[in-house]
Amino acid sequence: MAKETTPEELVNVDYEAPKKDWTETPVEFREGMYCYGSRPVYLQEVGFPNPREWSPADEDWKLPENWKEIVLTAMEERLSKYRSFRVFMDICVRCGACADKCHFYIGSGDPKNMPVLRAELIRSIYRKYFTIGGKLLGKRAGARELTEDVIKEWWYYFYQCTECRRCSVFCPYGIDQAEITMIGREILNLLGLQTDWIGGPVANCYKKGNHLGLEPHAITSNIEYLLDDIEEITGITIEPSFNRKGAEILFVTPSGDLFGDPGTYTAMGYLMLLHELGLDYTWSTYASEGGNFGFFTSMEMAKRLNYKIYAEAKRLGVKWILGGECGHMWRVLNQYMDTWNGPADFMEEPVSPITGTKFENAKSTKMVHICEFTADLIKHNKLKFDPSRNDHLNVTFHDSCNTARGMGIFDEPRFIIKNVCNNFFEMSSDATREKTFCCGSGSGLNAGENIELRMRGGMPRGHAVKRVQEKYGVNMLANICAIDRAVLPPLMDYWAPGVDVCGTHELLANALVMKGEIKRTQDLRLEDLPGVEDDDDDDDNNEEGGE
Amino acid sequence: MATLDFEGTSYEVDEDGYLIDWQQWNEGLAGAMAKEDGLELGEAHWEVIKFLRDYFEKYQIAPMIKILTKELKKKYGKEKGNTKYLYELYPAGPAKQACRYAGLPKPTGCV
Repeated sequence: MAKETTPEELVNVDYEAPKKDWTETPVEFREGMYCYGSRPVYLQEVGFPNPREWSPADEDWKLPENWKEIVLTAMEERLSKYRSFRVFMDICVRCGACADKCHFYIGSGDPKNMPVLRAELIRSIYRKYFTIGGKLLGKRAGARELTEDVIKEWWYYFYQCTECRRCSVFCPYGIDQAEITMIGREILNLLGLQTDWIGGPVANCYKKGNHLGLEPHAITSNIEYLLDDIEEITGITIEPSFNRKGAEILFVTPSGDLFGDPGTYTAMGYLMLLHELGLDYTWSTYASEGGNFGFFTSMEMAKRLNYKIYAEAKRLGVKWILGGECGHMWRVLNQYMDTWNGPADFMEEPVSPITGTKFENAKSTKMVHICEFTADLIKHNKLKFDPSRNDHLNVTFHDSCNTARGMGIFDEPRFIIKNVCNNFFEMSSDATREKTFCCGSGSGLNAGENIELRMRGGMPRGHAVKRVQEKYGVNMLANICAIDRAVLPPLMDYWAPGVDVCGTHELLANALVMKGEIKRTQDLRLEDLPGVEDDDDDDDNNEEGGE
Repeated sequence: MATLDFEGTSYEVDEDGYLIDWQQWNEGLAGAMAKEDGLELGEAHWEVIKFLRDYFEKYQIAPMIKILTKELKKKYGKEKGNTKYLYELYPAGPAKQACRYAGLPKPTGCV
């Protein structure tokens, strides 16, 4: 376990290649590097195949009797359905450009974490069963038999890929490793090979509308507590609406923001901003999850979980949807939702009621990213800030993989941060924007039992932060993703202790000058603002931020 | 499925030792779990566990830390309403350790 392994030890990665060919180097399941197998009830609840008690550590994975047929049929279906999949199987020339671009390879030194080789795990089966060369020449053509050990190897390594797509930026052919991993996981899912950490949120989301399983009264109650804090900090009473028919805008965000710190501070930021604008918007306790762990199991499951967003927009009769800070949520919304569950022609093309700006990019999906919405407000001088409230923070920005490489949101969050903070510092250009390094825990790998994998995968990000910490005294890592907010705190404690983590709208709301507010003496975490005298001498706030 | 044996009964737990069925919980079980971690449950520990149980019954989920600290503060005074205090009681973290002793499942998702 990485908890006992010091960063000084972990950083000594052995990049020496094994003596034998990769096909003769069997996979070794190492504790701390993989997740628990899903308990059967999670699979049953959504109708996934082969629910049973199983552990990846077991010799017998209790696969269905006809598992081989299932795998090959599934591959065949996907090869004919997704032209991209066939192209990615055929086109790789093994140039190696991707090899050292993967955070898991950098952090583990395991050659099977080179994207080229991770893809080869499935490509070798493709050759054997779907190409003439592979059928005739076998091993000499890079083909191999499909065995149970192959399935185990797939499982181990397709859950050591966060679908971050950094490797694809460097691939001269643009091979999308995330799509290969997604298809690999989808096939594994047909055999009942799900992880517990993904299975749980999927079942929760299907039953209760969100990953955490927050029931409607838990959602409203959690928000009530956030509003109490806002009132204490600003003196302003906010009364948001829930499930309100006729609202102009529906707001959807990941449920993590309504439960775990520091996500809760980001949620306070949304509440404060949207109140200050007097926006005609509503929360929903039904479409209560923007994220989509179904996306880490199968396209079909992701589609089913995504359905509620448009359904709720239609039921409430809103004009368009505003979405909070989340990573994979936006990959799903931006690239899949429209084709899966659209066209959302019952809504209107999104227009900011404050600035009149038309969000052309959301013309079809009808869903606008809050950073685009907020950046537009700032550009039109609609908000007043006191950035000095963030003066104790030296901020850097972690581009979340999905919003960066999946939809090109690079400048909006930076524009917001620079307007609300006086001290902003960029990390190396090799670790930001389209070349951003993953948090190491995305795509449902943010469990507890695979902590060594997470610390290894997060090593490049950790080092990039450490560098700006040493150079500029950076002490705050901002981001726009709920998984980031959950997983970067332990990653920072490990690689760059002293650096805290926050959402971008937390910084914004700290600096936001609101109509009728009292003199601010505390930040959103109820910590005293340095250098600000408390006139009332009210000292009964001794809570500390986060767990 | 792993089990935890206590006073002649076998309880189903997950890989991290969280009770599968929160309704099977009893006070003795919490004490036994704590003992295994080398912890003796005092009155202060029970205040937290009791709150977690009551909250779970109403909301079917563990409370967020903010709620836990605020409610403890209201009920038992401000020296008990902060995370530092909770970590002193439960060194492995209130969300993990206290929830496990209280028989609650571990939260999942973007947390």
